Amino acid sequence: MKIRRAFRVWQRHLTVYTKLYKSSIALNFVEPVLYLAALGLGLGAYVKEINGIPYINFIAPGIIASSSMFAATYECSYGTYVRMTYQKTFDAILATPVNIDDLIAGELLWAATKSMFYGAIIIIVISALGLVRSVDVVLAVPVLFVSGLVFAGIALLFVAIVPGIDSFNYFYTLFITPMFLFSGIFFPIDTMPPIVGKIAFFTPLYHLVNICRSFSSGAPSAVLWDLVWLPVAAAVIAPYSFRLMRKRIIK
Amino acid sequence: MNIVTAKGLTKDYGDLRAVDGIDFEIVKGECFGFLGPNGAGKTTVMSIVHCFFPPSAGELKVFGMDVREEPSRIKAKIGVMPQDDNLDPDLSVFENLIVYARYFDIPAKRSASLAWDLLAFVELKEKAKVNIRDLSGGMKRRLLLARSLINNPEILILDEPTVGLDPHSRHSVWEKLAYLKSQDTTLVLTTHYMEEAERICDRVAIMDSGKIVTTDSPAALMQKHGGTLENVYLELTGRSLEN
Repeated sequence: MKIRRAFRVWQRHLTVYTKLYKSSIALNFVEPVLYLAALGLGLGAYVKEINGIPYINFIAPGIIASSSMFAATYECSYGTYVRMTYQKTFDAILATPVNIDDLIAGELLWAATKSMFYGAIIIIVISALGLVRSVDVVLAVPVLFVSGLVFAGIALLFVAIVPGIDSFNYFYTLFITPMFLFSGIFFPIDTMPPIVGKIAFFTPLYHLVNICRSFSSGAPSAVLWDLVWLPVAAAVIAPYSFRLMRKRIIK
Repeated sequence: MNIVTAKGLTKDYGDLRAVDGIDFEIVKGECFGFLGPNGAGKTTVMSIVHCFFPPSAGELKVFGMDVREEPSRIKAKIGVMPQDDNLDPDLSVFENLIVYARYFDIPAKRSASLAWDLLAFVELKEKAKVNIRDLSGGMKRRLLLARSLINNPEILILDEPTVGLDPHSRHSVWEKLAYLKSQDTTLVLTTHYMEEAERICDRVAIMDSGKIVTTDSPAALMQKHGGTLENVYLELTGRSLEN
C-alpha cells in the first residue's frame, strides 16, 4: 500500500463530494437537528434532567457521535457497494497504478474524513445553540477521524460479504440501529440490565458517545479507556477489512 | 522486441479453468488480437496483462516485469479500454479525464491540456461539460478510449472495443486505432468480430475453452485454412464464433 496512491482515491471522492455536497449535506444536517428538537425539546419537557444536566444538553454531544457514525457507515456501506458493483468505479481505478490495497485504504480514509467533518458540523451547531459547556469539545474532532476508521472498517467487512444491496437492511437493522439506541446517547445505559452495558462495551459508538459527552463537559481525562479502545479497534478491524475486500474484488 | 511474454499462463476461478496454460508473445508496435467466442478466456488474459488479478500459475511478463511483482509500474505504462462502461457517472466528461489523470500522478496543469487534446482526438470537445449519463453508447466508447490514453500508454488494451456500436462509430474507432498504431503504440485487443480482426490485427491468437489453438496473421490463417477467418475458426475449433 502506498499512501500517495490511497490519497488519489481520497481525492476522487472529495472531487465528487464537492460537486454533490449541497444535496447531501442538508440531509446529514437536518436529521441530527430533528433528533435534538424532537427528543431534546419534546421528550425533554418530561424528562427534565439526567445526571443533573438538562435533557437536551445530555443528548446533544451524543448526536456528534451518531452523526459521525452514520456518515462513515453510509459511505463505506452503500457508497462503497455502489462504486464497486453498479458504477464499476473500482475496475476503472484498478487499471491505473492504484492497486487494490491503495483503493481500500482510500475508501477508509475518505469515510473517516467525512465522519470527522459531519461530527464537526454538529459540534458547531450545538455550540451555537449553547448546548456545550466546554471548549474541550473541539478535541473530539481528531477522535472522530479514528472512530470513523472503525465504523468504515466494520461497514467494509459487510460490503465484502453481502450478496446484494438489499442485504444492507440486515446490517442496519441488526447492528447499526441497536448500537445507535443503546449507545448511551438518549439515556445512560447503566440503568439498563447489566448485559446491555456489557454488549455496549464492544461497540465503538458507546465509547465515542462517552468521549463526546466528557469533552463537551470539560472532563476529557475521564474517558481515557474509551480513547484507547477506539484506535485499538481500528487496528484490529482494518486488516480484516482489507483481507475480505481483496477477496471480494479480486477473484 | 517482445513487450509481453506469457509462459504456461493459467487462471482458475474456483473449479473452472478459464485460461489453460497458454504461451504467447506480443511484439512492440504490433496489433495483437485474441479471437474467440464469449467464455473462451480472452478477457481473463487481458485482465492478467493489466494486472487486475494475478495468474493462478505460469508466468506473465510485461515490459520485462513480472505482473505479480510490479503491478503499479506496469500499469503506469498501460492504457485499458474496458468492455463495460466504467466511466465515473458522478463526474462530467472533462472531469472524468482529469480525475483519471490524477491516478497516474499527472499534475493538474498538464492534465487539463491533455484532456482537451484527447477530447479533440475522439471528437467530444463540445461535450466536455456534459454528464456521463447524457452520452450515447458510441460517445461513451470514445470517451473510454480517450481516458485509456491519458497516460500516453505504450500498450493499449482494448476489450471488445467496438461491441454494440453502429457501423459508422465502429469505423471511427478503427481509424483512431490505426492512428495510434502508426504512433508505435502496441495494441492488444479481444474481439469476436471477424472483420475487426482482419482489418486491424497484425496477428491473432485464436482462443477456445481457455487454450490458444493457433497464432498467425489473419492473411496467413485464411490462406492456410481457406476462406474467411470465420471458416478458419470453424475448421480449427469445430464451432461458430458468434455464439
